[in-house]
Amino acid sequence: MDAVMDDVKTTGSGEAVDLAAEFDESGLAEVFDELDRDLVGLAPVKQRLREIAALLLVDRARARFGLNAVSPTLHMSFTGNPGTGKTTVALRMAEILHRLGYVRKGHLVTVTRDDLVGQYIGHTAPKTKEILKRAMGGVLFIDEAYYLYRPENERDYGQEAIEILLQVMENQRDDLVVILAGYADRMERFFMANPGFRSRVAHHIDFPDYSQGELFAIGERILAGMNYKLAPDAGEAFTRYIELRAVQPHFANGRSVRNALDRARLRQANRLFAAGKPVTAEDLVTIEAGDILASRVFAGGIDSYPPLKA
Amino acid sequence: MRLTQGAFSFLPDLTDEQIAKQIQYCIDKGWAVNIEFTDDPHPRNTYWEMWGMPMFDVKDAAGILFELNECRKAHAGHNYIRVSAFDSTHTWESLRLSFITDRPAEEPGFSLERQEVDGRAIRYTTRSYAAQRPEGARY
Amino acid sequence: MTTLETTKPTEKKRDRYSAGVMEYRKMGYWEPDYEPKDTDVIALFRVTPQDGVDPIEASAAVAGESSTATWTVVWTDRLTAHDKYRAKCYRVDPVPNTPGSYFAYIAYDLDLFENGSIANLSASIIGNVFGFKPLKALRLEDMRLPVAYVKTFDGPATGIVVERERLDKFGRPLLGATVKPKLGLSGRNYGRVVYEALKGGLDFTKDDENINSQPFMHWRDRFLYCMEAVNKAQASTGEIKGTYLNVTAGTMEEMYERAEFAKQLGSTIVMIDLIIGYTAIQSMAKWARRNDMILHLHRAGHSTYTRQKSHGVSFRVITKWMRLAGVDHIHAGTVVGKLEGDPHTTKGYYDLCREDFVPQNLAHGIFFDQDWASTRKLMPVASGGIHAGQMHQLIDLLGEDVVLQFGGGTIGHPMGIQAGAIANRVALEAMILARNEGRDIVNEGPEILKAASKHCLPLKQALDTWKDVTFNYSSTDTPDFVPQVTAAE
Repeated sequence: MDAVMDDVKTTGSGEAVDLAAEFDESGLAEVFDELDRDLVGLAPVKQRLREIAALLLVDRARARFGLNAVSPTLHMSFTGNPGTGKTTVALRMAEILHRLGYVRKGHLVTVTRDDLVGQYIGHTAPKTKEILKRAMGGVLFIDEAYYLYRPENERDYGQEAIEILLQVMENQRDDLVVILAGYADRMERFFMANPGFRSRVAHHIDFPDYSQGELFAIGERILAGMNYKLAPDAGEAFTRYIELRAVQPHFANGRSVRNALDRARLRQANRLFAAGKPVTAEDLVTIEAGDILASRVFAGGIDSYPPLKA
Repeated sequence: MRLTQGAFSFLPDLTDEQIAKQIQYCIDKGWAVNIEFTDDPHPRNTYWEMWGMPMFDVKDAAGILFELNECRKAHAGHNYIRVSAFDSTHTWESLRLSFITDRPAEEPGFSLERQEVDGRAIRYTTRSYAAQRPEGARY
Repeated sequence: MTTLETTKPTEKKRDRYSAGVMEYRKMGYWEPDYEPKDTDVIALFRVTPQDGVDPIEASAAVAGESSTATWTVVWTDRLTAHDKYRAKCYRVDPVPNTPGSYFAYIAYDLDLFENGSIANLSASIIGNVFGFKPLKALRLEDMRLPVAYVKTFDGPATGIVVERERLDKFGRPLLGATVKPKLGLSGRNYGRVVYEALKGGLDFTKDDENINSQPFMHWRDRFLYCMEAVNKAQASTGEIKGTYLNVTAGTMEEMYERAEFAKQLGSTIVMIDLIIGYTAIQSMAKWARRNDMILHLHRAGHSTYTRQKSHGVSFRVITKWMRLAGVDHIHAGTVVGKLEGDPHTTKGYYDLCREDFVPQNLAHGIFFDQDWASTRKLMPVASGGIHAGQMHQLIDLLGEDVVLQFGGGTIGHPMGIQAGAIANRVALEAMILARNEGRDIVNEGPEILKAASKHCLPLKQALDTWKDVTFNYSSTDTPDFVPQVTAAE
């Protein structure tokens, strides 16, 4: 931030800032390419990211002309169901902010309530501060942030963590960006109960559930990354699997797809082993329909590990 | 009198920006940064009070400055505060840098007492004027 | 590099031990196939044979004369495990760009040496052989000390880390000054210089090598006045101070007496000269270890045998011996000052003092990997013709674990000794601050000093006084593996 403010003195009023050149120089194109490559779908999220990057680029340009007095608020909330890519996008966001010079180091520290809130009196403040110190220079990602707030227990230590967080989010905006993440509805209730957070969060990004076609594509990418492929009839089986699984409880989008494929690989290995004959490279990389169809989902059960209690 | 312990006592008091750069240097070397304070500046007073534990996993100087500011809120004005950095590398395993960031407004210094002993030998005792009052009421 | 001869002469038992004179190479001192054991001591000699003497025979003779051989065959060899005790020359290379000189690698079995004795090690390796007639000149360039032997020595009494902990000084070079004039000051006047320099901001002052107990100043007077100065400076700054009290004397008894008195007065450090001899040095190191005393070594006399490339003992060997012997400080050159010091060669000495493992580096004159096996680190001292205006060069070349001794550069300050000390300390702290901030001190050094002098008049005066002083001569002792002689800049 200092560098930005220093430049005020050197930029005369007649000069112009070439935003496209600034964009090229920042290396952001690379980050967005990576994002497109790594994440299927999520078009609205990617669009919001581009908008935020554009805003920050313009802010930076404004600062050079002395048009900005204070550093912008960059704290964010990411809302959406599990497995919709919030952590992955947070990683990229940290990189974007780093490339634009809004955080100095660009690392991501991911925490939940347990990392911030202590077990006994006097335990919470040092715990929260420890995490804040580690995250400084980067991005602090608080997953399921609403668990910090437990109104039903008036002596809950979460309130102490919230107060420290709010203070740092306000006073050290140059040092740290906080991303609060979780289910949209619970997040909304959290913000209602804690207006301090709402007023300090500048960007809200909603992560939609993946379409079934997108989930299939995610599955294919996961397999390709591990050097596996679906046999043609296995592809059909997997499409049906997704249709069935998506409407079951505890569905976690990309994460559920990954888990299902991990189990299919396990079955494939058992099948090859039980066959008791030499295997070819082709055998080793191919997931057959049977490897998918053996899932409990097709028998009306829930495919989950550890198994859910009825 | 100006206490000249630490690496930068002969320079004008460091600004927070300068302190942050020194801390970042230590972090980048992989050293753990520690904050300590005392109201007993005797040169052999090795163990200043620790402000929390040495910070091992902080990536950015802002994290340390955050604690330094907390320590200042509690102790500045009537204590010396120093920042030091530990290197755990084999065959070093000790401090690599130590410097004072804050000092009391008035530094009354030390008296030197001489006890004449055998022959012309003298036993010397250095006493801090401030430390003649109880801890916490010295500056 | 070419090896001159690879075939091993066939050795017949009957021939080998028949009475008479025999070539050394035929007596088993030349073994081109020998692979040194991890526990062998290896010496690298620069051998310059007399005209007409075969370099391999000359090198084998060096091996022989520095181990078991005498000029003629003796039957009593056969009462011993002579194959083991014979030093083995296993490689001879011509010295680059130096016709007539050869590097001879000679391996010695560990059993040839007494545990923890530099006297014994040096009596073997450099005892007789340097006067051997078939050689024009001979120089001991380097030695590989095996861990097995290193571990028989205590090493430095204090070491860099503990010295820093004791003095509570971290992250910057220590500052010292030698009291000047070297000779003639009374004890009272001498202590004045110590007080002014320490109060001004130096960490140490130092006796010179030849300050002992002369008519103008008895040693007890010096110690008493110096300790008054140290304690007074300590109280006026709140910082630990020291002065190297030179305890060098004519006998061990007298040295112990002086050291005991220094201890009784509360000194943190005493000093000895290299000329007292290896055994006296080791005795004083043991005394220092027993008495929590830092031991400073002045390398007085070393240039009589270290400076010329063709003959003598390289200073890197002396450095290694002194780290084993157990001193805490050693003068190791400044590069930019008034005394001999090629930058690459000096870097080699500093590495040998401070690193736990020093890899082979021919350009720095280091012929062998040297593993110190956690032996404490030896603090190098840079002394002689250096001043505040060179601070950036000194820190860049020598690093921060070094004592920078500004004798003239402190006492010769136009506004007095305290001003000189302040100038040095401010220059030092400003340069370390800038280095840690990531600035390029080699190029921005003069600018950094100028900026620091804005809030420090004594520094400004020092910079003006010594701005043009440099000692830019080419070195006489440079590694032969560097294409050009490097002059200090």
